[in-house]
Amino acid sequence: MATMAGDRGHAGDGSRRDFLYVATGTAAAVGTALAVWPLIDQMNPAEDVLALASTEVDLSPIEVGQSITVVWRGRPVFVRRRTAGEISAAAEAVVNDLPDPQTDGDRVQQAEWLVLVGVCTHLGCIPLGQKGTDPRGDWGGWFCPCHGSHYDTSGRVRKGPAPENLAVPPYAFVTETTIKIG
Amino acid sequence: MQPGGFQSSSKIVQWIEYRLPIFSFLDHSVGTQYPSPKNLSYLWNFGSLAGIALVIQIVTGIVLAMHYVPHGDMAFDSVERIMRDVNYGWLIRYIHANGSSMFFAVVYIHIFRGLYYGSYKFPRELLWWLGLVIFILMMMTAFMGYVLPWGQMSYWAATVITNLFTAIPWAGEAITEWLWGGFVVGTPTLTRFYSLHYLIPFVIFAIVFVHIWALHVHKSNNPLGVEMKTPKDSIAFHPYYTVKDMFGLGVFLVVFGFWVFYFPNYLGHPDNYIPANPLQTPPHIVPEWYLLPFYAILRAIPSKLGGVIAMVASLWVLFLVPWLDTSRVRSATFRPIFKQFYWLLVADVLVLGYVGAQPAEGIFVHIGRIATAYYFVHFILVLPFVGWMERPRPVPDSIAEAEAARHGRPSARAGE
Repeated sequence: MATMAGDRGHAGDGSRRDFLYVATGTAAAVGTALAVWPLIDQMNPAEDVLALASTEVDLSPIEVGQSITVVWRGRPVFVRRRTAGEISAAAEAVVNDLPDPQTDGDRVQQAEWLVLVGVCTHLGCIPLGQKGTDPRGDWGGWFCPCHGSHYDTSGRVRKGPAPENLAVPPYAFVTETTIKIG
Repeated sequence: MQPGGFQSSSKIVQWIEYRLPIFSFLDHSVGTQYPSPKNLSYLWNFGSLAGIALVIQIVTGIVLAMHYVPHGDMAFDSVERIMRDVNYGWLIRYIHANGSSMFFAVVYIHIFRGLYYGSYKFPRELLWWLGLVIFILMMMTAFMGYVLPWGQMSYWAATVITNLFTAIPWAGEAITEWLWGGFVVGTPTLTRFYSLHYLIPFVIFAIVFVHIWALHVHKSNNPLGVEMKTPKDSIAFHPYYTVKDMFGLGVFLVVFGFWVFYFPNYLGHPDNYIPANPLQTPPHIVPEWYLLPFYAILRAIPSKLGGVIAMVASLWVLFLVPWLDTSRVRSATFRPIFKQFYWLLVADVLVLGYVGAQPAEGIFVHIGRIATAYYFVHFILVLPFVGWMERPRPVPDSIAEAEAARHGRPSARAGE
């Protein structure tokens, strides 16, 4: 259409009308994309949600062998003060035999303190094992009741459908007895 | 205009077209096969602009509904959260709030264009009625939307407007409590307004399609008010009016952006940034600008029931305009007397709008009453009598002839 009667007198293949047509279309497409972006971005986490993105945890009341659950970004985070037996059990595992090979040393900052996102990597259930009366699976860590995944005392998956180890959230020791997650 | 039906070389288009003739439908609705009068002015852009304004309101409204909380204790804070915390929430809310003003501005121009060019006359009476139904639904939607932020103006606007129903004899009290879901405006009122504020725009959307359906039966009126008779009177909707509508849209969006980015709160009221307080009324309550003329009519009658009746009648009288206007000539272009009264009506409505924003005391009461009286006199007396008495100027036989004369040519051009 654009190269028909109206362009008589213009030399070459690319006429002035073609240029205007493409330029207008491009401007409209870019403008539309810019207008649509806020409508998409509004569904991302809002500022007040992001403001809750880090959580500080006081470790001093936790006894050896005890686990606590704290909430970070709306999810449970397991903090376990491991016993010497649990630490050595985690260290003795043959890494290459694991479904998701990782050494215990890569998963902790201080051997006594294990910090994990308490969400099963299979389909998002919360594994049992925080309370002394909970089943802790065959490796003494956590057991997910939904589909039977077993986690060891380093939070690594040993058996069951879960593809990965329980995630270690980003955290740092603010003081000797305080960590900041996130 | 291409002769014959819809054709495409694309195999995919042909495949779909054979099963669902949507391409030829579009082509006959807004494409090359839809003939439009070739003399449409920019005043004919405002129909499509109104449709786009409606879509902008629906899209931004759906997004706001993702963050808004319809509860008396949380509504105000949730709106503030939209303004401060939600990504681009300020932009989306300002577009929605100013969008209602833009929508009404466009629709008022659309309505007054129809009044000037006699677009309501035979055979477009139902088209006019459907438009008025949309207009009334728009006012309901806008009012209920204004209540949702749950600021002081929201709360007291809801109180004042719902109290109009107490003017109904005998059942007024019961009806008002039924509307409120309580003994005052409260959370039950807010939640039902929210529900209806979400629903009615989709009803409007559906009626817009019936409005367009009725439009497409007899096609657009035009500045001459002369029907299209031969193909020489028309041009194809696409590309001529699609391009013209797109250009108009660009101008509209610039004006829209001017308000949203530079004066986002100018058309609002600062009191609405104070959380709703059922125990204290702000000293001066006014509705949004687009409802002011009707508010002025309400206040002009020194009787509770009378004011409500006058306000309702000011809308109902518009439905009778196709029969109140007795002239057989459509366009004001050829009606010298009508034209003067038309501009008097425009001035009258502007005065009503001004008075509606002023405190109901002193001189404004008298001006409001005179302006209200003229509003009804215009429709009930002036329209029929001018139609009978006036001698219209000669109306051209066809659009093509008039356009050729306007361009100083002896006969119509062979084609555009």
